[in-house]
Amino acid sequence: MIDRRIFLKNGGMALVSLGFAPTFLARAAWAAERHKVLIAIFQRGAVDGLNMVVPFGDAGYYAARPSIAIAQPGRPDGALDLDGFFGLHPRMASLMPFWNRGDLAIIHATGSHDDTRSHFDATDYMESGTPGVKSTRDGWLNRYLHAKEHQKATPFRAVALAPQLPRSLQGTAPSLAIARLDQFGLRPGAGGAAASFEAEYAAAAGSALGRTGTEAFEAIRALRAADPARYTPANGADYPRSPYGDSLRQIAQLVKANVGLEIAFAESGNWDHHANEGGAAGQIANRLDDFARGIAALATDLGEAMRDVVILTMSEFGRTVAENGNRGTDHGHGNAMLALGGGVKGRRVHGRWPGLAVEQRWQRRDLAITTDFRDVFAEVVTRHLGLRDASAVFPRYSIDEKRFAGFMS
Amino acid sequence: MRVLKATTLSLLVAASATFHAGANAPDDDGAIVHALGRLGFGARPGDVERVRAMGLDKYIERQLEPSKIDDSRVAERLAQFQTLALSNSEIVSKYYTPPQQQNRAQNRPPQPPPPPTEPGQMAVPAEMRQLRNQANLPIIELSQQKLLRAIYSDRQLEEVLVDFWFNHFNVFQGKGQFARFYLTEYEREAIRPHVLGKFRDMLGATAKSPAMLWYLDNWMSAAPDTDVQMAAARRARGGGRPGMQQPAQPQRPPRGLNENYGRELLELHTLGVDGGYTQQDVVEVARAFTGWTIEAPRRGGGNFLFNPRMHDNGAKTVLGTPIPAGGGQRDGERVLDMLAAHPSTARHIARKLATRFVSDTPSQALVDRAAKVFLDTGGDLKHVTRAIVTSPEFMAAEARGVKVKTPLEFAVSAIRASGAEVRNAAPLVQQLRTLGMPLYGAQPPTGYDDTAASWINSGALIARMNFAAALAANRLPGTRVPAADPEPLARRLGSPQFQKR
Repeated sequence: MIDRRIFLKNGGMALVSLGFAPTFLARAAWAAERHKVLIAIFQRGAVDGLNMVVPFGDAGYYAARPSIAIAQPGRPDGALDLDGFFGLHPRMASLMPFWNRGDLAIIHATGSHDDTRSHFDATDYMESGTPGVKSTRDGWLNRYLHAKEHQKATPFRAVALAPQLPRSLQGTAPSLAIARLDQFGLRPGAGGAAASFEAEYAAAAGSALGRTGTEAFEAIRALRAADPARYTPANGADYPRSPYGDSLRQIAQLVKANVGLEIAFAESGNWDHHANEGGAAGQIANRLDDFARGIAALATDLGEAMRDVVILTMSEFGRTVAENGNRGTDHGHGNAMLALGGGVKGRRVHGRWPGLAVEQRWQRRDLAITTDFRDVFAEVVTRHLGLRDASAVFPRYSIDEKRFAGFMS
Repeated sequence: MRVLKATTLSLLVAASATFHAGANAPDDDGAIVHALGRLGFGARPGDVERVRAMGLDKYIERQLEPSKIDDSRVAERLAQFQTLALSNSEIVSKYYTPPQQQNRAQNRPPQPPPPPTEPGQMAVPAEMRQLRNQANLPIIELSQQKLLRAIYSDRQLEEVLVDFWFNHFNVFQGKGQFARFYLTEYEREAIRPHVLGKFRDMLGATAKSPAMLWYLDNWMSAAPDTDVQMAAARRARGGGRPGMQQPAQPQRPPRGLNENYGRELLELHTLGVDGGYTQQDVVEVARAFTGWTIEAPRRGGGNFLFNPRMHDNGAKTVLGTPIPAGGGQRDGERVLDMLAAHPSTARHIARKLATRFVSDTPSQALVDRAAKVFLDTGGDLKHVTRAIVTSPEFMAAEARGVKVKTPLEFAVSAIRASGAEVRNAAPLVQQLRTLGMPLYGAQPPTGYDDTAASWINSGALIARMNFAAALAANRLPGTRVPAADPEPLARRLGSPQFQKR
């Protein structure tokens, strides 16, 4: 972990040398205080939630999946029993310690009531937070940043560890997309030009451009002080060697660097298993292994800091209850989300289970939805991040705590 | 604040200009730089002198008649590309690989677990990679085309307007499997020919384009009883094709009305969000466009088709005007006529153009005047554009240097200002992603925002400074600036002043 005093000294000194100190010191102080963090992980391509969080107690599950079902707990390659009805996929064993400690909760049968089965539209709707409305320009997390604007926000308040800013974070509130922390900043070259930029933007401090430029240099300094190139995960955390694992490791770095991170975003891809999905082994098993080990490593690495952090996973829609003719699953409806962290009412699968019998399914084919995904997001931004009123985050939707799944205390 | 603003302006404006309504354009160098940055993507070395010699009035008038400007040098640069002149059908048949073939490439050998790779890289079989490259060729060429025209075309206003109107009628290249194959023809046929023509023509061309029909789902929008009707028609023809086993299809949701196009047509393309329509109008408009679809849509068909069996033939009422039953394809045309001539559309388009050309907060007086021109000329965009770019508000000293450049405007203007030679524009396409504005990559139908708030953030500014330094130091592959000391150029292109136009 970086030494906070060094960080303050480096940042503060440079600004003093420029002859003015805006709100930087106040911000740095706030950044170093305890505050809540949300880490959102998007499983792109629609994960098969029924093989991720297996309803082994529902006979409809086995009837619909002759070749790709996960066996009941206790059988070879069986699910990891959670509560006698649901089980985790056997390759997600890395998360069981968190479940047993009561840090991990599941929200099942959740998603969007919009009936689209297009990845594009469903992803768009989940990230904009406005199902059925295409012209929403900003993402739900960006609207959260606006809803809880504060003067001490640093440029690292909202960061996606991705080459492109995801739709969830797009909008007018500042947020950063960073592919690699150790490459964030001005690259050398063009003589002393890079050095002169700082003075030029400082001189233009009366304009939004000048202020933002100055913030950019603060951000570069703050990150340099954190020295991301020389980072060793704590507590023996072992991140999977994948782009996804790398992004989670860098999120842990940002949390520990006390740079004011409040919202982080990472993505995990390749979930669209129309053919040869596999069960306890095969494609989905390998993906879930990577997915779960990443979350476990992140939570292990953050250690004590997890008391202020919630990790929330999401995917655009679920997949068909029944497997198709190619031993895969097609685009469906309801899905499962994972929530792990401080304040999570763990060791419980939340939400009402609608059942998998054909007549219980949505359109007689998919897992029905009993918890709107916006209620999950709203529960996190109110009960975890402390936003009093989430109505601005979810326009055209009336937030009602009575509909919350109740996974946050 | 005032002092700072004045200082900033003085960097851009060599001499102060006075201008009165009705007079000719001022022709001080500041006014010329301003016009080159608004009607075009910024000045190249020598441009200011050229416009000074010609006179600013004449320059603006010439830009409004692009067909009279020789652009053969750009044509030479574009001759290297294979796909720019192809139709939708030609592009799909050449570059689209159906999923079955993709699976074959992907599954041979059958799906071993991916070997560990460098972080940031995914293991992709060579055959798969080749298919992907092939599928991306049309959109990559289209993107390079856009940059090369913006950088080198002497028809600068036309390029600005193609960018503006594509963005107005935005289609995202990543929508489903086909959007990216439709954009070449879409920009070339539905947008470009109409940017200084009649708004109604562009509206009609976009409404019938497979690109828009696909992007906003109208291709599948049908009267609720369509499935019944189509099944009856099949029975009447003697049933399906016996002996032909269809591959297992995922169950499709029942067909019905899809409001996406109807809603965006009203909210974004014409009336504007406060344009005075109701949810019922959205439904009625959507009903009017049922049956406006694509030939063989699930196979990437390239042509518009009106399918009367999908059309809702009942009577409709749009914005209080009755549309009698039985109109068929004419229902949609009537709606487009109505919307194109509506005062709300005139105001919406006038405001958007004024925001692009004058300021993020254009005066109501300017918007009203441009809207009146729109209505008086039957939506003639040449007249509307002229009204804006020759207005006192456009020429006023306060309008200079106040628009924050989008990443596209920044990158192109930097290349133009540096006098760079672009031999390969593909790396620049990638740079636009890094700068936060992937070409043809705006996902929502709103397109990219045109105001400062969307483009000023610290990550984006760092990316711009890095771009400036890399360009000046000749570290952008495929682009060369005339050899000189890179430092002053980098300082200029990365400065706060250069982020504005």
